[in-house]
Amino acid sequence: MASTISTQSDSAKQLSVVDEATVRFCGDSGDGMQLAGTQFTTTSALAGNDVATFPDFPAEIRAPRGTKAGVSGFQIHFSSNEIFTPGDTVDALVAMNPAALATNLIDLRKGGILIVNQDAFEKKGLAQAAYAMNPLEDGSLDSYRLHAVEMTKLTRHAVEGLGLSIKEADRCRNFFAMGLVYWLYDRPLDPTLRFIEQKFGKRPDVAQANTQVLKAGFHYGETVEAIHTQYHIEPAKLKPGTYRNIMGNTATAWGLMAAAHASNKRLFLGAYPITPASDILHELAKHKNFDVLTFQAEDEIAAITATIGAAFSGVMAVTSSSGPGIALKGEGLGLAVITELPMIIINVQRGGPSTGLPTKTEQSDLYQALFGRNGECPIPVLAAQSPADCFCIVQEAWRIAVRYMTPVFVLSDGYIANGSEPWRIPDLHELPQIPVTHPTASDRHLYDDDKHFLPYLRDEHLARPWAIPGTPDLMHRLGGLEKQDGSGNVSYDPQNHQHMIDTRAKKVALIADDIPEQQLDGPEQGHVLVLSWGGPFGACATAVHTLQAEGKKVSHCPLRYLNPFPRNLGRILQQFDNVLIPELNRGQLRTVIRSEYLLDAVGLNKIQGKPFSVAEIVDKIHELLKP
Amino acid sequence: MSIETALPVLKPADFASNQDVRWCPGCGDYSILAQVKKVLPTLGVPHEKIVFISGIGCSSRFPYYMETYGMHSIHGRAPAVASGLKTCRPDLQVWVITGDGDGLSIGGNHLMHAIRRNMDLNIILFNNRIYGLTKGQYSPTSPLGKMTKSSPMGAIDNPLHPLSIAIGCEATFVARSIDTNIKHLAAVLKRAAQHQGTAFIEVYQNCNVFNDGAWSYAKDRETKSEKTLELEHGKPLIFGKNRDKGIRLNGMEPEVVELGKGISEDDLLFHDEKSPEPSLAYLLSRMRVEDDFPEPIGVFRCVDAPRYDKVVNQQMEQAVKDKGKGDLTALFHTGETWTVE
Repeated sequence: MASTISTQSDSAKQLSVVDEATVRFCGDSGDGMQLAGTQFTTTSALAGNDVATFPDFPAEIRAPRGTKAGVSGFQIHFSSNEIFTPGDTVDALVAMNPAALATNLIDLRKGGILIVNQDAFEKKGLAQAAYAMNPLEDGSLDSYRLHAVEMTKLTRHAVEGLGLSIKEADRCRNFFAMGLVYWLYDRPLDPTLRFIEQKFGKRPDVAQANTQVLKAGFHYGETVEAIHTQYHIEPAKLKPGTYRNIMGNTATAWGLMAAAHASNKRLFLGAYPITPASDILHELAKHKNFDVLTFQAEDEIAAITATIGAAFSGVMAVTSSSGPGIALKGEGLGLAVITELPMIIINVQRGGPSTGLPTKTEQSDLYQALFGRNGECPIPVLAAQSPADCFCIVQEAWRIAVRYMTPVFVLSDGYIANGSEPWRIPDLHELPQIPVTHPTASDRHLYDDDKHFLPYLRDEHLARPWAIPGTPDLMHRLGGLEKQDGSGNVSYDPQNHQHMIDTRAKKVALIADDIPEQQLDGPEQGHVLVLSWGGPFGACATAVHTLQAEGKKVSHCPLRYLNPFPRNLGRILQQFDNVLIPELNRGQLRTVIRSEYLLDAVGLNKIQGKPFSVAEIVDKIHELLKP
Repeated sequence: MSIETALPVLKPADFASNQDVRWCPGCGDYSILAQVKKVLPTLGVPHEKIVFISGIGCSSRFPYYMETYGMHSIHGRAPAVASGLKTCRPDLQVWVITGDGDGLSIGGNHLMHAIRRNMDLNIILFNNRIYGLTKGQYSPTSPLGKMTKSSPMGAIDNPLHPLSIAIGCEATFVARSIDTNIKHLAAVLKRAAQHQGTAFIEVYQNCNVFNDGAWSYAKDRETKSEKTLELEHGKPLIFGKNRDKGIRLNGMEPEVVELGKGISEDDLLFHDEKSPEPSLAYLLSRMRVEDDFPEPIGVFRCVDAPRYDKVVNQQMEQAVKDKGKGDLTALFHTGETWTVE
């Protein structure tokens, strides 16, 4: 609900207080749109809003300038209430060139604010975006509140006298756009001014130019008469604490570091660069003083096998990748399973198959995580549901890995990995402790009568002892050949093979006793249960809340444990007339649920490289609610 | 060091695991196993600090027969498994056991990268010029024309030469020995173990089932002194039953010459395993019987260079010196934060 009050300034401008807004910056991939987006995000978070972001960029580093292929965007949803998604439709769109307008206009709501760089709408730019007519002049944008601003010209004016070349001056244009949007949403300039000082401190002329351009954009909004209304969004009521904004991949890296700290272990990451997982490697590589060792391997296979070697050595071993890389790791995963060594495998999913859509999101690697190996090869699978959840899920993965002596999959996706949200910074003592013990020569119960160490002697969790090289008297040999349970010697005995296959399956199944019961958002019985996993969590939560507010009997069941499922999941599913499973794939969780619970779940499936909108889920639920 | 004097005296038998060795009777692997067991007790390293990592193939069963830590990993990946282990635990002595198929075909990439990083590993490549465990297909070191089950009209792939590959990757220690030349093999293994950085050893190993006699020219009493040449650092390259032949450089090319008749030892090529440039070692690796050269055995190259496993840990120590020991709370609060009351 908007309430309009007069601003204190003497202008005729109105200040309208709204609950929330969604803004998108888009332009050429060289236009600095990601920077504009992240700065606007930080500023909004510091203003106390809840925020959710969605960066969207092309796979090419520099596609031909001005083309639709090279358009890069960054969307920010900010609110005085708790929010879970970056927003379905955009309230204000900033388009730096015709290609950006052509590819993004579809998401701007009717009556929304459209700010364009008028100077870019010349003959060549229009042709590159396949506009026969200039849309700023042909009336096609009449249903929006269009503000065509001569951003290039105004930016050049703003930096006059600083001695910048035209090219350098034009590079400041994103700050003009930011300044204008900052004014529009009543945001302070200070955080970005501080950022400019830090980032460009070594180039005082550039720092000065960006500062002047940012202020010029802000003042333009203040003075130009065409823009009548300024918007204000009150701070959100978040749980007390100190917050920061965090991206999914950063949260993953920090969660791994926290888990290593909680288990008093060195952290080893074996990785090969791959979009969209590389930022985990980049982040961890920065923190060598935390006893973090990053190994950029020669390929994905070396990344997992070096991780296996690291796990054998007794450290917290992790490998991170995306679908195509995980495919290459398949054989290594089998070795990790049969050697029963603890480690984490992170898959930041992207569009597939093959190279697919490297920079776009998808959830199509669930089958791969559950089944993508030769032999009977069970691996526990966990999935993060939001950027901040990545921090928690990797700690939980490590807890399971060491207690059950097993590799554990963590699924993230491009949407979570590059998206961001406010994160309440935890005190270290709030974090779970993950104790790890290694046997020593004096653990006599681990020996047979001939005083041979038994590397596959199992405890109550069916876990074998994690004996590490360097420990006297515990010398043993692991390997990919089937082993005799207990002794760990190579065994071709048929009964032993059956026993080992069953034992490894049972061990993973036992984890269900050791994870929290599945929580439900909403009543325990009803017409529709929305069963979500991973990235769609936010859209599903928002959709379900919307319908609950309308009095509909709809609940949301967000899964984080995909193998094994929580013990009570079957009971929950039975209590609803319909189970809807929205997934960014062709129904992978649905197949598993149908198989596991003999339940006729309904799918909502989208494979477009884009997350669900809230409306898509609301519409589907409505359809199921129809008598 | 006091820690070494306190060690119990180990015998070769102490390194034998309780598992029966299951190579074919007469396999060259037995001899290599025996020499490794003989050398290990002389190194002053406690056996719990020793790890053998292998890939897949006949030779890769090796770790099961050693009373040390070990892992029989997957095909071709042993250098990568060993690299992860060694970077985390530079205190361990890590051996990699591989073969011509495992190391040069399916695992060629990992071998190359372990070597170029100069990871402190001792890599023994058992070269029998055949796939044994899969029953007799040609391998990447099989000669052209080799008739096998998978090449009934003769192999048409140019063979790889393990030492040329290793030297091409600028390996810091490169050596060659022969399974049945046990004294020589033991001496080479010991030097490899003492080398800091990647030690790469090619062993001519006979597969008496699928490729018997592949190295007979280098092993038989009648031919070996004419067909092999024992390298010694600082000594001229001399060979032959009567030690009357040598290798001389003619421009950039080596040539076989007869001593006497106006050619003295001083005219010959002198071996320098310490040469910083790998060119000499590479030239030696290209001397092959099919080109009428004796094949050198011994240490081709032994130079010092930074080790990845050491430097990666030094960087971590340096980071602590530069930035202090990492503090998670401080890290979480970097950048912009805000407080909700």
